Amino acid sequence: MKLAITISGKTIDAPFDGRFGRASAFCVIDTETNEWLIRENPALSAVGGAGVQAAQFVAQTGAGAVVSGAFGPNAFVTLQAAKIAMYTAPAGQAFSAQDVLEMFRKNELTKINEASGPSRHGGAR
Amino acid sequence: MVIAVASGKGGTGKTTVATSLALVASTQRAVRFLDCDVEAPNAALFLKPQMHGRKEVGTLLPVVQESLCTHCGRCAEVCEFHAVAVVGKKTLVFPELCHGCGSCILVCPAKAISERLDVRGVLEAGETASGIDFAQGLMKVGEAMPVPIIRELRRWNVSGRDSFEIRDSPPGASCSVVETLRGADFVLLVTEPTPFGLHDLRQVAEIVRKLNIPSGVVVNRDGIGDGGVDTYCAETGLPILLRIPIRRRLAEALARGVPLVEVAPEYTSALLGVLEFAAATAVS
Repeated sequence: MKLAITISGKTIDAPFDGRFGRASAFCVIDTETNEWLIRENPALSAVGGAGVQAAQFVAQTGAGAVVSGAFGPNAFVTLQAAKIAMYTAPAGQAFSAQDVLEMFRKNELTKINEASGPSRHGGAR
Repeated sequence: MVIAVASGKGGTGKTTVATSLALVASTQRAVRFLDCDVEAPNAALFLKPQMHGRKEVGTLLPVVQESLCTHCGRCAEVCEFHAVAVVGKKTLVFPELCHGCGSCILVCPAKAISERLDVRGVLEAGETASGIDFAQGLMKVGEAMPVPIIRELRRWNVSGRDSFEIRDSPPGASCSVVETLRGADFVLLVTEPTPFGLHDLRQVAEIVRKLNIPSGVVVNRDGIGDGGVDTYCAETGLPILLRIPIRRRLAEALARGVPLVEVAPEYTSALLGVLEFAAATAVS
């Protein structure tokens, strides 16, 4: 399965980014082969609806699960429609995407079944 | 001709000036008054119109007919605001993100998208005792976008060119103010002579300049603050057309909903002067 992790950097050792719609990038990891690649988030510069755009982008990467700090209502609905499982890791701590991957493997992340963050969290009003 | 009354800072006296300008203008020509502050319209408190008309307005939202949709994703690609999303075999619409532009409908090759009116507010029309043709917009509580309501209000029963149309603008210097200023021939900028008043006056004056509309300033609550507004107006060539000193008598009357020219008829000739200045410098 492919796992997408919000990240602010260019490698799997870069810091975890707690934002979803306005995350810098996604680290997409194949959990069987450990291969990973970084995909820059096209929604970073969105005028509005960053969560929706980022969710569609994650769906296009083929990810079956995604980890971020929180998911706003629109991102949640879109990811749910795409049948992508959502997990949260605590934001604002010194994790790398690699750390988050290990937490995912050990089942230490919180699986969420409803929107966990406010709308328009990272964007301008 | 259309005169818009704007300020930037809230509570400087836009409605005080706009309503009395309308009352004075109505002794000269037919007047239409639009309260474009659709988030908190209050001009009716002064002009006291008898309401006789009502219209629901809103945004046209896309409705996707799933049986026709091929999930090609063109609607999602064209939408600047990501109000439409296509994931797998599902097309999602996010009403609160939609600006109602209709682009998704235009690009849909399967003609699977139609529109429905999502009601965001109402327009109300009435007439005042002095014969002013009055209209206001009122946004529904909880809505985020006033612009579509202001746009509909401007287009509702447009007045003739030989009459005065006076628009009371919302506060601030954002989209709703720009929408109110569209098509105006003259903008009256009401400010107070404080650093806060000046800060916001600058912002709106800059918008007015970009829109290329002639303007003039009313200094309300004159006597407080500092000389910053005067200096700014002198430096940028903005004419100060009227000064209204801070007086307890005026504040008390306004708080009771008595228009400025009723409590202080001595402002009638000065407001007529403002109208003349506006007519002489207006774009049309």
